[in-house]
Amino acid sequence: MSSTPTGTEREGAPASWEVFLRPRRGLSHQHMGSVRADDADMALGRARDLYVRRGDPLSLWVVRSDAVHAVSPAERDPYFGNARHKPYRYPEQYAPLTGPDERGSDGDHDQ
Amino acid sequence: MSTPGTSAVAAPQHAARQDGPPAPQDALPAHFDALIAAGETIEPRDWMPDGYRRMLLRQIAQHAHSEIIGMQPEGAWLTRAPSLHRKSVLIAKVQDEAGHGLYLYSSAETLGVDRAELLDALHRGQQRFAATFNHPALTWADTGAIAWLTDGAAVINQAPLCRTSYGPYARAMRRVCQEEAFHVRQGYDLMRALCEGTPEQKRMAQDAVDRWWLPAVALMFGPPDTEAGGADARTAALGAAVSRRAIAWGIKRHTNDELRARFVDSVVPQAERLGLTLPDPAIRWNEERGHYDFTPVDWETYRDALGDDTHWARQRIAHRRAAHEDGAWVREASAAYAAREDADGRTEEPA
Amino acid sequence: MTTTSDTAAETARTGQDPDLAAHLLRLGDDALVLGQRLCQWITRAPTIEEDLALSNIALDLVGHARTLYTRAGGLDGTGRTEDDYAFARADREFTNALVTELPNGDFAVTVARQLVYTHYAVLYYRALADGPDPDLAGFGARAATEVAFHRRHADDWTRRLGLGTPESARRMQAGLDRVWPYTAELFEEDDLVSRLAAAGTVPGPASVRPSWEREVGEVVAGAGLTVPAPRWQARGGRDGLHLEEFGVLVAELQSVRRQFPGGTW
Repeated sequence: MSSTPTGTEREGAPASWEVFLRPRRGLSHQHMGSVRADDADMALGRARDLYVRRGDPLSLWVVRSDAVHAVSPAERDPYFGNARHKPYRYPEQYAPLTGPDERGSDGDHDQ
Repeated sequence: MSTPGTSAVAAPQHAARQDGPPAPQDALPAHFDALIAAGETIEPRDWMPDGYRRMLLRQIAQHAHSEIIGMQPEGAWLTRAPSLHRKSVLIAKVQDEAGHGLYLYSSAETLGVDRAELLDALHRGQQRFAATFNHPALTWADTGAIAWLTDGAAVINQAPLCRTSYGPYARAMRRVCQEEAFHVRQGYDLMRALCEGTPEQKRMAQDAVDRWWLPAVALMFGPPDTEAGGADARTAALGAAVSRRAIAWGIKRHTNDELRARFVDSVVPQAERLGLTLPDPAIRWNEERGHYDFTPVDWETYRDALGDDTHWARQRIAHRRAAHEDGAWVREASAAYAAREDADGRTEEPA
Repeated sequence: MTTTSDTAAETARTGQDPDLAAHLLRLGDDALVLGQRLCQWITRAPTIEEDLALSNIALDLVGHARTLYTRAGGLDGTGRTEDDYAFARADREFTNALVTELPNGDFAVTVARQLVYTHYAVLYYRALADGPDPDLAGFGARAATEVAFHRRHADDWTRRLGLGTPESARRMQAGLDRVWPYTAELFEEDDLVSRLAAAGTVPGPASVRPSWEREVGEVVAGAGLTVPAPRWQARGGRDGLHLEEFGVLVAELQSVRRQFPGGTW
């Protein structure tokens, strides 16, 4: 389901691929950056050569950059504004479980 | 977590003009200024002034080109490294430089240019690379001097860039700096082996330092931008204006001359430990300033090195262009193969 | 002429085995000389990514040579170091197969050379990994893993060039035609190798030839190309009889070292 290159890319320029690496056990895959490559095998090889010159990671993914769908910055507020101004989602907004004596010292930070 | 550039998809061309927070036009510069003032990073899809984008693009491109062109003087010694250990170390170093170039091209691409355009600009002589590399690597010791002095200068120049205001550039630089530290050490180690070797080896080491000291101290930091650094009043004012702009935008954090002084301070004791003489009789500890004094950089000396039509300037570009042109049929084949695979509708299974 | 049992007894007594040392030197020379050729690509590859890929391969190959030379120095009774073998031997003392010293040519020739070498090396190193000598088996296992990545690189490029454009297909076929006469030597078993194989010290390289032919045949056919059937087969490298270009390769390799006698590096 590869699509045609995006408008910024020149005719014939290799596609951009996003690179994700699981650097060690216990961590999720992390975005390392990108490589340019004509096909997936080449992208994996190049990602390995570029981002794994040191270390001993567990796994490597590449995803065509044009397969990533992103929220437009113009829609930032509708998408993310919802998470602001909801202090009741945070535990420190509530009476601590440690008893009233300690409340004064750590109950001041809600605003 | 450092993540050098994100892809073109994260930065459609002219994204800055289309996107950005929904606010009246004059609020955009204010928002940008507020982010800079707060020490926040600017990210690819944020609005940014054209001057900021141009300055960044010029700096990142020049930096990327320097990594790629910088592979040549050392790369020429890969087949002649005098021990298999040194050969392995040098291969790894030249490889890192290719990698650094790629990180940086990738971060430049987030500003809405394509790598192919950047390479074209390099090949056509429209974008510059560090003029330091317009000097030849004449002996094996040159590979050590380059790594110790040129990369040493680069580390000092680049360390503050790990906190530069443009996010993709800062992230690329964090990775570059981590790896660059190894280069400086291996250069010092190489020079130390020569200095502890035969008198002929030590002479080779001193000769290399004699030739690479000034290119490192002068050209790796750019022209003097203060009168104290050796510039005449007009040049100093001009340089200072550029540096002030870059500093105000958080692209740079120090003047060229500040960084140059920091470099001299770090190298003088290292040279003493090696028993090598830095070719500047004016180098002397200044108790009052708490820094080493050294001869101010006379930029005129570098007119040749900086010129585009000298042997080495031409040679570096010709070498690069030949590789690119000789490889055109390979890149075309690879693209044609990928297009055919796409047309065949083959899909890859994710791991 | 030493008999097999004499050699085994000698090895057990002294820890030395000149036959095995000579064989490991051949493998080490293959790796070093091919690595040296790949170093000549760096800064000249079709893309910066390929500079990186080819230098990665060269780095692994130099690493293999170092391990093999070091082991050889312990086995031939001379106590020579890796650098003694690389820098203090004359051209005629190198015993690499000629295919590894073939000049780079265009990218297709280099890919063809990589294709034939990497398939051979993975198979042979894997066979070494099953051998009786624990050090050598450990080396074989590690080296086979590394070369398997180089093999992938060669397979992918053979396919891309074979199926890319008419020009790349023509060049790739020409590359295969160029290197094929030099492949038989990789599997050659002279007296030395026969003795070692008979004693079970190392596998005979001829044993991996059928697998090699099947594997490379599949890759070449999959790339829409033809496996060449050259009438002439090169030999001589194992006896130190090289191509004329080899003198230049060795001169370059050793030049700094020879300019500074007694130097430390």
